[in-house]
Amino acid sequence: MPETLIAIDDLVVEYFTLRGPLRAVDSASLTINQGEILGIVGESGSGKSTLAQAVLRILPPQARIVRGSITYRGRDLAKMSEGELKKIRWKEISMVPQAALNALNPTLRIRDHFIETAKAHGVADKRGVIEKASELLEQVRLDPKRVLSSYPHELSGGMKQRVLIALSLLLDPQIVILDEPTTALDVLTQRFILDLLKELKERLGITMVFITHDIAVIADIADRVAVMYAGQVVEVGNVFDVFYEPLHPYTRLLIKSVPGLKGDIEDMRPIPGSPPDMFNPPEGCRFHPRCPWKFEPCDRFDPSLVKLGDGRIVSCHLYTDKRAG
Amino acid sequence: MAEPILEVLDLKVYFSVKKGIFSSTKSLVRAVDGVTFSMKEGDILTIVGESGCGKTTLGKAVAGLVKPSSGKILFYGKDIYSMDKKEYMNYRRNVQMIHQDPYASLNPVKTVYKILSTPLLRWGIVSGEEEARRRALDLLEIVGLTPPDYFINKYPHQLSGGQRQRLIVARAISVEPKIIVADEPITMIDVSLRLGILDLLLDLRKKMGLTVIFITHDFGAARYFSAKGGGDIAVMYLGKIVEKGPAESVIQEPLHPYTKTLIAAVPEPDPKYSRTKERIRLRSLDIPSPINPPPGCRFHTRCPLYMEVCSEREPPLVQLTNDREVSCFLYTEFSEKKA
Ligand SMILES: Nc1ncnc2c1ncn2[C@@H]1O[C@H](COP(=O)(O)OP(=O)(O)OP(=O)(O)O)[C@@H](O)[C@H]1O
Ligand SMILES: Nc1ncnc2c1ncn2[C@@H]1O[C@H](COP(=O)(O)OP(=O)(O)OP(=O)(O)O)[C@@H](O)[C@H]1O
Ligand SMILES: [Mg+2]
Ligand SMILES: [Mg+2]
Repeated sequence: MPETLIAIDDLVVEYFTLRGPLRAVDSASLTINQGEILGIVGESGSGKSTLAQAVLRILPPQARIVRGSITYRGRDLAKMSEGELKKIRWKEISMVPQAALNALNPTLRIRDHFIETAKAHGVADKRGVIEKASELLEQVRLDPKRVLSSYPHELSGGMKQRVLIALSLLLDPQIVILDEPTTALDVLTQRFILDLLKELKERLGITMVFITHDIAVIADIADRVAVMYAGQVVEVGNVFDVFYEPLHPYTRLLIKSVPGLKGDIEDMRPIPGSPPDMFNPPEGCRFHPRCPWKFEPCDRFDPSLVKLGDGRIVSCHLYTDKRAG
Repeated sequence: MAEPILEVLDLKVYFSVKKGIFSSTKSLVRAVDGVTFSMKEGDILTIVGESGCGKTTLGKAVAGLVKPSSGKILFYGKDIYSMDKKEYMNYRRNVQMIHQDPYASLNPVKTVYKILSTPLLRWGIVSGEEEARRRALDLLEIVGLTPPDYFINKYPHQLSGGQRQRLIVARAISVEPKIIVADEPITMIDVSLRLGILDLLLDLRKKMGLTVIFITHDFGAARYFSAKGGGDIAVMYLGKIVEKGPAESVIQEPLHPYTKTLIAAVPEPDPKYSRTKERIRLRSLDIPSPINPPPGCRFHTRCPLYMEVCSEREPPLVQLTNDREVSCFLYTEFSEKKA
């Protein structure tokens, strides 16, 4: 059994909005295991970023963890004080946030991004930081001399993304969370970064959480997959199991909705219906209005999580009712 | 053989840009740099390539929204820039473009009815408001926004991304065009809904006999659309078409090293296959600037199969078999013709 580093249990996160509360993460349970790449996949708005931000407790002010726990080394991150969290962020768990390409400060050279980040986490030795930064930039195959003295706008999207990955590794974290790290990039740059991340994982022995809406990218990089729909984790399993024997109807249909370059085109089709209104999610199973396998309990009762051995988890009445399909 | 509806001949679109913020000297961006193709009524052509290779500019030029620097666009054999005003207006109506961003291209203060009735009334397709409303309801039905009377009084912000894109398709077909240029119509919408929009376009093309140019950076979507509709794929690189042919043959047996590299790099929704796909390593990851494209073959700075001739001369786009075209010296006799 792989060692569990983080255990998320029954997590609920809500945003307070003018239209009322919005439950972005709904009773999510999930573990992050030592040395793996955990892929989190789901449509836009399914709560992937919110879940990641909850783990590091970097949620925006209008968001609140309503219930649940995030256990890390025997302690609950959901209840930890800001002071204690500071010792963990970046040093033990770091993150490359979504759309981070645009978040680099345009007036700061790359070297200062490294220095400022280190300083914010109590590391003042500039020489040491630059030395470490150079090492990391080489690891992501950038020329440290040139890149450190550049401003963000002087670098291409792919180069900036690699800088951000290097920056996330600055304080030797054990876990790195990458939120859509290849979404804005061209195919060739994406390929380079995917292969680079796999290599870094092996070489540095770090654990990665890779968030994306692109199921093909998950197939390529993840060891284990968590599928999210409408704020809930609906299926978890080893990447091969999830792709070759998807259990949840949403997973089954999602895989078929992404056109690959091989495989029969006649087997590919869109998912019927449209994604749920998160202010007014459907009763019962959130997916039932779009589900071809729906039966009596689906529009009335929330399916519970069913553990099926081999670390497979699914939340669907087909399995609670033992009417496997 | 049927007469082509559209011919694009050695089309070039250059933009003049300032060299720097404070500089007064200008340089030319060669966004489209010598593109030639032709389409017959009902044909499908998917244009695929990396960001900045000139896809949108080419689409806009075809739709008459950007003036070419040189080259010709013929509509039923007639040069659109030597048409009289009436003919030109007719051309503009017949070529409708669906733009990249479904959020930016709908006026937020207009209702669905207004959005659909405006072009109908402007082009005189209907005689008055009452007929416009009937026609608008029909259009909503056609694009799957049902029940139509539920959608007709809504505002764009009350629609989901997929529904907006359907509305944009309805608006584009409202004026009964012959050609649709769909520029990344699925990029901004949810993955689960993308194939639905492509199926809608394929269905309309069948019903209305539309000729469709589909622009995308996604090879999977390119294959799906063109293969399902029996059309071609053209691969663009730095303003030029480097390879063109029937969808499945381009995807399964790519010829140009650029196409091969891209196809090898695409992640697939199949873990074993995606992880064991053959990798092709480029000589350089960076795309050269369209301001100063490399001499000779534009891909030579990155091409894993680079030969000396590639930096010296530009390979022509040649017809290799009756339906495949490629621009690469691996497939062209170059030695005897060397000047
Ligand atoms: N700051 C916020 N205020 C209010 N609602 C928010 C805020 N951020 C996110 N939401 C809502 O929470 C839900 C989950 O959003 P989240 O960004 O976590 O989804 P995601 O899966 O990361 O989507 P994407 O793929 O688009 O990044 C969505 O319905 C979103 O509209
Ligand atoms: N109006 C303009 N003025 C100056 N340069 C332009 C203009 N429009 C496009 N360009 C440049 O022309 C080149 C081609 O741009 P175009 O938008 O056609 O590419 P594209 O293939 O559609 O890219 P994307 O996939 O990002 O949409 C780019 O280098 C772009 O910066
Ligand atoms: Mg997100
Ligand atoms: Mg474009």
